[in-house]
Amino acid sequence: MTEPVLSVRNLKVEFASRRGTLRAIDGVSFDIAKGEVLGVVGESGAGKSVTGLAVIGLIDPPGRIAGGEIHLAGLRIDNLPPEEMRRIRGKRIGMIFQDPLTSLNPLYRVGDQIVETIRTHLNLSEAAARRRAIDLLAEVGIPAPEKRIDGYPHEFSGGMRQRVVIALAICAEPELIIADEPTTALDVSVQAQIISLIKRLGRDHGTAVMLVTHDMGVIAETSDRVAVMYAGRVAEIGPVQDVVKNPLHPYAKGLMGAIPTLAGDDKRLVQIPGSMPRLSAIPRGCSFNPRCAFAFDRCRVERPEPLPRGAQSVACHLYDNVPAESAA
Amino acid sequence: MLAFTLRRAVQAIGVMFAVGIIAFSMFRFAGDPVNQIVSIDTSAAEREIVRKSLGLDDPVPVQFARYFADAAQFKFGVSYQFRQPVSALLSERMPATLELAICATVFAMVFGILMGVYSALKRDTVLAKLFQAVSLIGISLPTFLIGILLIYLFAVTLGWLPSFGRGEVVKLGWWTTGLLTLSGLKALIMPSITLGLFQMTLIMRLVRAEMLEVLRTDYIRFARARGLTTRAIHFGHALKNTLIPVITVAGLQFGSVIAFSIITETVFQWPGMGLLFVQAVQNVDIPIMAAYLLMVSLIFVTINLVVDILYTVVDPRLRSTVGRAA
Repeated sequence: MTEPVLSVRNLKVEFASRRGTLRAIDGVSFDIAKGEVLGVVGESGAGKSVTGLAVIGLIDPPGRIAGGEIHLAGLRIDNLPPEEMRRIRGKRIGMIFQDPLTSLNPLYRVGDQIVETIRTHLNLSEAAARRRAIDLLAEVGIPAPEKRIDGYPHEFSGGMRQRVVIALAICAEPELIIADEPTTALDVSVQAQIISLIKRLGRDHGTAVMLVTHDMGVIAETSDRVAVMYAGRVAEIGPVQDVVKNPLHPYAKGLMGAIPTLAGDDKRLVQIPGSMPRLSAIPRGCSFNPRCAFAFDRCRVERPEPLPRGAQSVACHLYDNVPAESAA
Repeated sequence: MLAFTLRRAVQAIGVMFAVGIIAFSMFRFAGDPVNQIVSIDTSAAEREIVRKSLGLDDPVPVQFARYFADAAQFKFGVSYQFRQPVSALLSERMPATLELAICATVFAMVFGILMGVYSALKRDTVLAKLFQAVSLIGISLPTFLIGILLIYLFAVTLGWLPSFGRGEVVKLGWWTTGLLTLSGLKALIMPSITLGLFQMTLIMRLVRAEMLEVLRTDYIRFARARGLTTRAIHFGHALKNTLIPVITVAGLQFGSVIAFSIITETVFQWPGMGLLFVQAVQNVDIPIMAAYLLMVSLIFVTINLVVDILYTVVDPRLRSTVGRAA
């Protein structure tokens, strides 16, 4: 296999607060290959968005990357000087945020914002950048782009604005796109269009995509692989069909059990008891142990490390030193 | 857009009409004007003649209509104390006040915005904290005290700047300006600072607060994610959004700068409308007081109109809602 576009190793992110240092991300590792879509799921506060922000270098004080390494196509980027990291943002890593209504500056025409971004990263004339901007708007599916390019953000609908945001994220042909809940703020009917657009763009340009969401349906539709995050750690990671059909980690099992199906069976949806611990009160051992039905003594003392299991990798003591056949 | 401007203009005329009623009623309720004009030993018959010649025996609505029609042509009657047309007195004094007000506002805007942006971007530096402390003084010290302190320091102790007056002025048609002579410029410095200091600190605090607010918005975060340079983000994206509320405040403050210039003009014996007004109050010179009231409200109303139009120039969102509503 060739070198992954993005390689995150043992990433730790901390936030200094009045009550001491809170560790939002605690030893997260994953890779994304060229053209691959990695879905990242988890509850609110599991550290999904912070992971995305850490990769693109936008963790603001009091937060900081406290450990680990981030490599973009072999180049270590977590310790770059701010000016060099700025050059990578927008050019080699594009980012899409959750709310398209607030992502664009209301006082500038969308065309000006795209041209500005293009000319920051590529050595193009004003006219050439404008032509490229029109092409980009056409590519993300905005009708009559040569007219709409002179519109202001408030003249676009939510879905159309998210398309503009996507055009902005891909305008310098980045190797990696980080999409942070790109469909959460949109109508359900528009969500599907945006998801298929991101998927198509990733495929056409061979871009690696990190798709952060809490919507398992979106993940199942879009992703090649999925990482399930819990309390700042990756609980399970693997090919999407394996994790959805045969989740290993008790938390992942709970998540998959909580997805309603259209099959019409009258089974009640499974509920995971309790809620995710606050960052200031993460339990000893496995952070999931107070909510886990399978927890045993070791889970309350020792933290499980991710272990490969087939194509999947799972951080759970249930699978430690147990032959594959007898595991649940 | 045109309909919007017209509607605002009609509203402005309505406001001016209301102010006109107040100005007119000053004549009716602040004593008998005839008594102000004639001497104590004038006979009752002569008083009636003066009354008739001034049209004061007409019904009140007629008098008001006449006053308003005259005022619309900038004819405000004759000053009791100077025995000159009020419009001549005002136009003689207005350049001094407007020059002072404009200098004070420019001073306030330039330094207010610069200091505001600096203290928002470099929040934790010593200089930013110093600005904050100084701005508290600027907001809480009364104008006359600042003026007197400046005079004591720069005119009395150091002797660098004149303590009163406008210095030498140059006539340009009916306008007189102090901007073209050295002594005129020197004379302008302290009154401008005195008059503009409050506005400057106000604008500085406003810019700082707005800028900090804007820097937290999603589109600034997205601009950073797009890899724009810090300069483009701060001065292209953040500052423009910051300036929208600043325009309103600065516009409205320009009106109160003119109104507040009464105090500054008194402290510095500045030969402007404010000083004229203070003298008029002391001598119960109602035509001047009424005309001053009308002029100041005309300036206020005009500035409001300009600010409304400027808004739509800066903010495209208003342009379309305004278009739709009209």
